[in-house]
Parts: sequence; C-alpha cells; structure tokens
Amino acid sequence: MKLKPTIALSAAGLLFNPATGDSFSANPVALEILGLLREDQAPEAAKTALLARYEVEAHQLDKDWDDLVAQLRQHDLLDS
Amino acid sequence: MALTGLNAVDSPGPGVAVARALRESPDYDVRLIGLSYEALEPGIYLPDLFARSYQLPYPSAGTAALRERLLEIHEREQLDVIIPNFDAELYNFGRLAPELTARGIHTFLPTAAQLEMRDKLNLAAFGTAHGLLVPADVRLFGVADIPRAAAELGWPLVLKGRYYDATVCHTLAQAEQAFWQLQARWGAPVLAQQFVAGQEINVAGLADGRGQLLSAVPMRKLFITDKGKAWAGITIADEALPALARRFAEATRWRGGFELELMRTLAGELFIMEINPRFPAWIYLAVGAGHNQPAALLQLARGEAVREFGAYAVGKMFVRYAWDLVVDNADFQQMASLGEL
Repeated sequence: MKLKPTIALSAAGLLFNPATGDSFSANPVALEILGLLREDQAPEAAKTALLARYEVEAHQLDKDWDDLVAQLRQHDLLDS
Repeated sequence: MALTGLNAVDSPGPGVAVARALRESPDYDVRLIGLSYEALEPGIYLPDLFARSYQLPYPSAGTAALRERLLEIHEREQLDVIIPNFDAELYNFGRLAPELTARGIHTFLPTAAQLEMRDKLNLAAFGTAHGLLVPADVRLFGVADIPRAAAELGWPLVLKGRYYDATVCHTLAQAEQAFWQLQARWGAPVLAQQFVAGQEINVAGLADGRGQLLSAVPMRKLFITDKGKAWAGITIADEALPALARRFAEATRWRGGFELELMRTLAGELFIMEINPRFPAWIYLAVGAGHNQPAALLQLARGEAVREFGAYAVGKMFVRYAWDLVVDNADFQQMASLGEL
C-alpha cells in the first residue's frame, strides 16, 4: 500500500491529485500517516510507530486506519 | 485581425478569451477588430481589447451577406487574419475562405467535411468509424420515436437539440415535453442519446490539418452553471486525454482549434460527448498553462511553421467572474443603429 507518487502533498496537509484535479486537506495525524504511506511503509510498522507516538488504543487506531485507507482508495490516491 | 464570439455572457463565446490570448502573444503586436452579431455583446465594450467592433449579419443571412460585410470591413481595417469562434458561422466562413485568402485575409478553418463528421447527428457514426467511444443515439423525428429510443438506449435518456441544449429525461412524459421544446427551438431531428454518468472533462486542442496535434490541454470542470458551462476548472494530468486528442487529430486531419467534451466513467472509460470545431470559452486557461493556442492558430493562418507545444502546467485553475462594464448609452446606440463602434 503506497500513496501514488504523482500525488502532491504539502507540509500544511494539502493533497492534490493531478490526474483528477481533486484537492483534499489532511489533519496533522492523517498527514503523518500519508507521509508513512508515501515511504511505502508496511501498515503494521506504521501502526506500531503511531501507537508509540500517540495515546491511542490499538483497536481505535485500526478503525481509524481502515477508515482513512478506505477514503484514500475511494479517491484513487493509492497505488495498490 | 478580426474575431467573433464577443458574447462573454453566462453561456459565453470564446472571443474575449481568444482576444486576451492574442494580446499576450510575445510574437505579435495585434490590433484586434471585434465582429459581433448583437449590440449587447460585452466584448464590444472592451476598448482595451478591441480597437473597433463591427456587426455582422447572422449566419442564416447566408454567405453573400457575410462576404459583402467582411469586404466593407476589410476596406477600412485591412484585415490580415480572421478567427471565427462560433460553430454556426464556420460553414459560411469556410465557403468564403478562398476569396478571403485571395484578398489577403488569412484563415485556418476546419473543412466542411470535418465540420460534418463531428456534427452532433454524425458523432456516433464518427466514433464507430474511428474506434472512439461515443454514446449511442437515436434520431427522433416525432414523439412516437421516443419509446423505441428508450428501449434501445435505456432510461434516463438525454435529449439534445439539433444545435444546442440538452435535457436529461427520466420518464416518457419528460421526454415528450423536452422533445417539443427542443424541436420548437432548434428544429428536427431531436437527438436521443444514451446517458453516461461520470466526471466531465474537456480538452482544448489545436491541430495542423496534416494529422499532427500541436497542443492539447485537458481541464476538469470544478464548478458548473445551470447551463452546464464551466465557471471554474483546473488543468489535469492524464495521458489518456492528450492521447485521445492526438487520435482525433490524426483520424480527422483536423484543421485548427477544437474542444473535446468528454465524460470519464467510474470504470475509467472516456466517452466523447461532443466535439466543438473551435476553441472553448475557457481557452485562456490553456494560455495560463503555457499553451497559447490562439497565438499558434494565428501563426498557422499566416502560413508560419508551428512546432508542437511541450508540457503544460498541471493544477492551473480558472475561476470565471462577472464584471459590470459601465458604458455610455451613445456607444450602444451607435453600435445598435450603425453596426460599428
């Protein structure tokens, strides 16, 4: 699972998909996850990093992760 | 040089955008003459763009009336190039092109055969002939034809006027009402077209008439008016879009500017909904993206060599605006009564 390399991602959390013209904004945590996805980090490794960094239960992180990934897929922002 | 399409209204002609593009050409210092059909076309009242404006007879008045008027204007303005920007006038200008050329007025227009092949009524056959995706359609000569069209194409049906207007119809009653309205306004036949759901994308293009595409700038509509016109849009990067424009230019050996109106379905298919035989009203976005297609068309008309444009800027947006021009009533009166300003 990797963010498409053509997606522009700004430090302020703004995404732009040049293939469709769609723009999105991500909150700071989502931006951090998108950065991990851009680096093609495995989901489990990314989640471990997030669990260490934030006070969040694993089941809640899983739920939020799945929700974000579903949104990214819906908007065709992921390579696979 | 002279150009038409000064009606920068809610369903705008491309003339003002083309004029802006020409004024920004680094290669030419153009003096622009506006050609209008109505005295209230806003471009007439933009003296920073148009040095003078003249009224033309409507296309329905025929070639002879247009010829006479153009020669009058030419005698006073010594026109070098004319860029017509309306679909309906292109046939008349095309017929006059050889004589205009002989008199020193250059044009670069699609041929009559090219205009015919992309005509709304012939578009489905054009798609079949060239392996391009075009919605299936049925010609309607009366309301009695609607059930057969619905059986063939399914609901909803898109009913289109011979030249303009389209209505999405979900029921037979809606379709019958739309048929009568479209027939009354645009004549017969009315076209019933298969409904295609998806994302609207347009491509502004320029081709050299020998099969080479010189430029293609794709734009996704971000804000669509109730007349279906883009009020905001953004340039996008999708290789399939210039590739489709290239196929079109090669297949037709298209001459001049054009616009492909496309629908990208959820499955990623690209349907050609319409092909306009001139620049779109949003052509200034292409200039902003680095492709000054109108300036290149001017070069083509003058017989100068034009090289294929390189990459265009992706993510450039346009946002259209309405601007009230305050003009003196005397100017309007002069235009309305004397046909020039």
